[in-house]
Amino acid sequence: MSLPILSLCTFVPLLGALAILVRPEAVSARWIALGTTIVVFALSLVMWAGFDNANPGFQMVEKLDWLGGGISYHLGVDGISMLFVVLTAGLMPFCIAASWESIENRVPEYMIAFLVLETMMIGVFCALDLVLFYVLFEAGLIPMFLIIGIWGGKRRVYASFKFFLYTFVGSVLMLLAIMSMYWYAGTTDIVALLDNPSFPPGMQMWLWLAFFASFAVKMPMWPVHTWLPDAHVEAPTAGSVILAGILLKMGGYGFLRFSLPMFPSATELFAPLVFTLSVVAIIYTSLVALAQEDMKKLIAYSSVAHMGFVTMGIFTVNHQGVEGGIFQMLSHGVVSGALFLCVGVVYDRLHTREIDAYGGLVNRMPLYAAFFMVFTMANVGLPGTSGFVGEFLTMLGAFVHNSWIAIFAATGVILSAAYALFLYRRIVFGALVKPSLQTIQDLSAREVALLAPLVVITIALGVYPKPVFDVTTPAVAKLIQDHKTALATDKARHVAAVQKGTAQ
Amino acid sequence: MTFQADLLVLLPELILAIGAMALLLTGAIGGDKTGPVISWGAIGLVAASGVAVVTGSDAVAFHDAFVSDGFARFAKVLILLGAALSILLAEEFFARIKLARFELPVLMLIATLGMMLMVSSASYLSLYMGLELQSLSLYVLASFNRDHLRSTEAGLKYFVLGALSSGMLLYGISLIYGFTGSTSFAAIATVTAGGGAALGVIFGIVFLIAGLAFKVSAVPFHMWTPDVYEGAPTPITAYFASAAKVAALCLFLRAILAPFPDLIHQWRQIVVFISVLSMILGAVAAIGQTNIKRLMAYSSIGHMGYALLGLAAGTALGARGVLIYLAIYVFTTLGVFAAIQAMRRKGEAVETIADLAGLARTQPVLALVFALLFFSLAGVPPLAGFFGKFYVFLAAIEAGLVAPAVLGVLASAIGLVYYLRLVKIMYFDEPAAPFDGVEGFGSKAILGLSAAVALLFIVAASPVITAADAAAKALLP
Repeated sequence: MSLPILSLCTFVPLLGALAILVRPEAVSARWIALGTTIVVFALSLVMWAGFDNANPGFQMVEKLDWLGGGISYHLGVDGISMLFVVLTAGLMPFCIAASWESIENRVPEYMIAFLVLETMMIGVFCALDLVLFYVLFEAGLIPMFLIIGIWGGKRRVYASFKFFLYTFVGSVLMLLAIMSMYWYAGTTDIVALLDNPSFPPGMQMWLWLAFFASFAVKMPMWPVHTWLPDAHVEAPTAGSVILAGILLKMGGYGFLRFSLPMFPSATELFAPLVFTLSVVAIIYTSLVALAQEDMKKLIAYSSVAHMGFVTMGIFTVNHQGVEGGIFQMLSHGVVSGALFLCVGVVYDRLHTREIDAYGGLVNRMPLYAAFFMVFTMANVGLPGTSGFVGEFLTMLGAFVHNSWIAIFAATGVILSAAYALFLYRRIVFGALVKPSLQTIQDLSAREVALLAPLVVITIALGVYPKPVFDVTTPAVAKLIQDHKTALATDKARHVAAVQKGTAQ
Repeated sequence: MTFQADLLVLLPELILAIGAMALLLTGAIGGDKTGPVISWGAIGLVAASGVAVVTGSDAVAFHDAFVSDGFARFAKVLILLGAALSILLAEEFFARIKLARFELPVLMLIATLGMMLMVSSASYLSLYMGLELQSLSLYVLASFNRDHLRSTEAGLKYFVLGALSSGMLLYGISLIYGFTGSTSFAAIATVTAGGGAALGVIFGIVFLIAGLAFKVSAVPFHMWTPDVYEGAPTPITAYFASAAKVAALCLFLRAILAPFPDLIHQWRQIVVFISVLSMILGAVAAIGQTNIKRLMAYSSIGHMGYALLGLAAGTALGARGVLIYLAIYVFTTLGVFAAIQAMRRKGEAVETIADLAGLARTQPVLALVFALLFFSLAGVPPLAGFFGKFYVFLAAIEAGLVAPAVLGVLASAIGLVYYLRLVKIMYFDEPAAPFDGVEGFGSKAILGLSAAVALLFIVAASPVITAADAAAKALLP
C-alpha cells in the first residue's frame, strides 16, 4: 500500500483548518471540523486495519528530505505509538461535538485551534525524527494556549501562561539534549538511534535528565504537576478532554520511545527516583483530590495519580509493567475524557463546577447518573472496566520489581475509590434540595450520543483487552529486549574500561 | 588586477553610489514633489544592485581591501532586502505625516552602500570607512522627523554614543595595526597564526569587540537602543533593526573570525559574556515595557545575544547559524514594524502595548500576523524563529558551549513571557478602540511576506540552510 496514510492522518486536520479559514462562519466551521475529525478517525482505523500485529518494528514508514544533514521528515508507527494515533483521532470528534453548543464566541477560531492541535498531536506519535518530534511536541502548545486563554474560565490568563511556560521550560532542555545526541550520533533519526543506542553512560545521565525534565512536566509527575489542575479548571470542556486524554500521554510515550531504549543505563540508575516520585504522586495527589471542592480540579488531581501508575509501570521495564502503562494511558485517555465531558454536561446547565452546588442529581437526571457511574467506576479501577486492567498490570509489574512499590501504589487504589465515590455521592446522591437544580434537564440526545460510545469502549476494553495487547505485545517485547541488550553492552563496556584502567 | 577589473567587482556598490547621486540631483532640481519617484527609483536601484550581487563572482579587489565572496553576497542580499522593504515602509509613512522629503530615500541608499562596504571589507581601513558612511547616514535618519522632540533626541544620543564607540573601535584597530603591522585581515591572520599574540593585540581585540558590540547593541553597550528605537520614525527603526543589524553582525563575524581564527580562546570568553548578558537582559528588561517600540528594542538586544552565540562557537557551523538567524530575523522584524506602523487611530500613531487590546476581534488578520511574528521571535516551533535559534544552539553545542546554551534557552523561556503577554493582550483582552486599518500596498505586502516566511520556513528551509552553509564556508573554509 503506497498511500501515505500517516501523513494523511497528520495533515488532513490542517486542510480542514484552511477550509474554515476560507469560510469563517460559526455553523459551517462546526460542520467542517466535525467532518474533518471523523475523516481522520476513519483514516486512523484504516491505518489500524493495515497494521501488521506480528511486526514489532516501524510500519507505514514515510521518509523525505527535510532540513538536510541527517534531519529528515520521517514518519512511522509501531505497536507502542499506533494506538495513541487512534486514540487521538478518536477523541477529537467528541471534543468537537462537546463544543457544539457550549462554545458560542469565535467559533471558527476555536475549531481551527483544535484542528491544528490535532495535526501536532498525531504528528508527535508518528514522528521518527527527533527534531520533527520536538517541533510537533512544542507546536501543540500554541493552540492549547489559545484554547485555554480565549475560551477558558475566570483565571484563564494565569492558567494559560502557567501551562505554556512550564512545558516550554521543560522542553528546551530536551532540545539541547537532542542537539548533543545529534553531534554524538550524527543523526536525529529515531530508528537509527534505537537500532544502535551507544551513548556513553555519563552522557546518558545528562540526556536522560534533560528528557525527563520535559516529559515529567508533560506527564505531569509530582512535584511539577501544579500547572495541570489550573489548566484543567480553566480550560473549556473539550480542552480538558484533550489535555487529559492526549497531551499527558505524550510524556509517557516519550519515556517509552526515548528514555528506556536510548538511555538504558541512566534509566536503571534513575528508576528509584521515578518510583519514588510515582508513589508520592499516587498517594499525595489522591489525598489532595479528596479535599477538592471543584469537580474539574478533583479529576485533574486524579489524573496525576493515574499517571503515577503509568510512570511506575513503565520504569519497571518488565512486560506487565510496560504493557500496563500503555494500557493505562489508553484507558485513562478515554475515561478521563469522558469524566470531563460529564462535568461539562452539568457545567453547561449550571455554569459552576463547585461540588457543593450539586446533589441529588439522580432524581432528575437518571441517565446522567448511570453514565457518570460507569466512568467513576472505571476511574476507580473496578474490574470489568478498562481502568482495572492497566492498574492491575502496572502493580503486577511493580510487584515483580519491588514489592514495596506495589504496596504503596495499592494504597492509592483505595484512595482513588475514596475520592471518586465521595465525588459521585456528593453530586448524584442525596436529596435534591437546591432550588437551582429543581428544573435541571437530563441528557439531551446529543449528549447521549457523545457519552454512549465511550461507555461501550470503557467496558469493552475492560472485559476484552486483547485487541490492544495484540498490537502492543510484540513491540513491548522488542523494547524490553533492546533495553536489556543495550544495558548489557553498556555494562560490558564499563567492565572493559575498568579492566583497561587496572591493566595500565 | 587592473583598476577596471577592480571596479567591476565593486559593481553592486557602484550602482548604489552613482544612482544615489543621480536621485539626489533629481530631487534637488525637482523638489519634494518628486518624492514617490525617488522612492521607487531607490527601490529599483536596490533591486539592480541585488541582481549584480547575485550574479557576482568571488574576487578580491583594491589591494586586499575589498572582498566579494559567498559570505558577503549572502549578507548583501539580506541588507538589500531590508533596505528595499524599509524604503517602501518609509515612503508610506512620511507621505502620511506629510514629511515626504526627497533626501530620505537617498540617505537610506547611502547608508545601504555603507553596509555593503562593511560586509565586503577585508581590511580594518575599508571596514571603518564603510561603517562611518553607514553610521553618519543613520544618525541623520534617526532624527529625520526634525520637529519632533523624541526623534531629534534619538538622533543626538545615537550620534554621541556612536561617535564614542567609533573612537573605541578605531583605537582597537590602531593597537592591532601597531602590534601586527597590518590592517589587512589576511595579513593579520598570518601574523597571529598558531595562537601567539602580543598583549597589545589582545587589548586591540577587546576595544574592537567593544566598538562592534555597540553597533550590534549587545549588552553592556546597548543603552542607546531603546531610546533610538522609540524616538526614530517607525520605518527608520525598521531599517535599524533589519538591514543595519545584518550589516553590523556580519561585519562583527568577519572582523573577528577572519583575522583572529587562532586567537579564539582569547576572544571567545568576551563574546560568550556579551552574548549571555544580551540574551538575559533582552528577555528580562522587555517584560516591563509599555511602549511597543521600546519592547522591540529589548527584543532585538536579546536576539543579537542569540546570534552572537553563533559567533562564539567560532566555527563555520556557528557562522552558518548566525546567517540563518539573520535571514529569518530580517523578515520577522520588518513584519513587526510594518504592523506597528499600522497601529493608528484617526491618523495618529499609537505605540503602547495596551493599544493592541482585543486586536484579534477588531482586526483579526493584523492580529494573526502579529501573533505569528511574536511566536516566531519567541522561537516557538513550528515557526521560522525556532529554526534560527535551533541552528545557533546546534553550533554552540558542537563547540562545547553547553553552559551558555543552557542559559540561552532559559533566557528564551523568560523572553517568552513578554511575547505571550502581547498575544494575550491581542487575543484574551477586551477590545480597545479599533485601528484605522492597514493602508497601502507596501505595508500589506510586507505583512503578507513576513507572515508567509514565519509559517512556511519549515517546509522551505533546506535551500536557505544550504546557501547559508556555503556562505559560512566562504568565510571559514
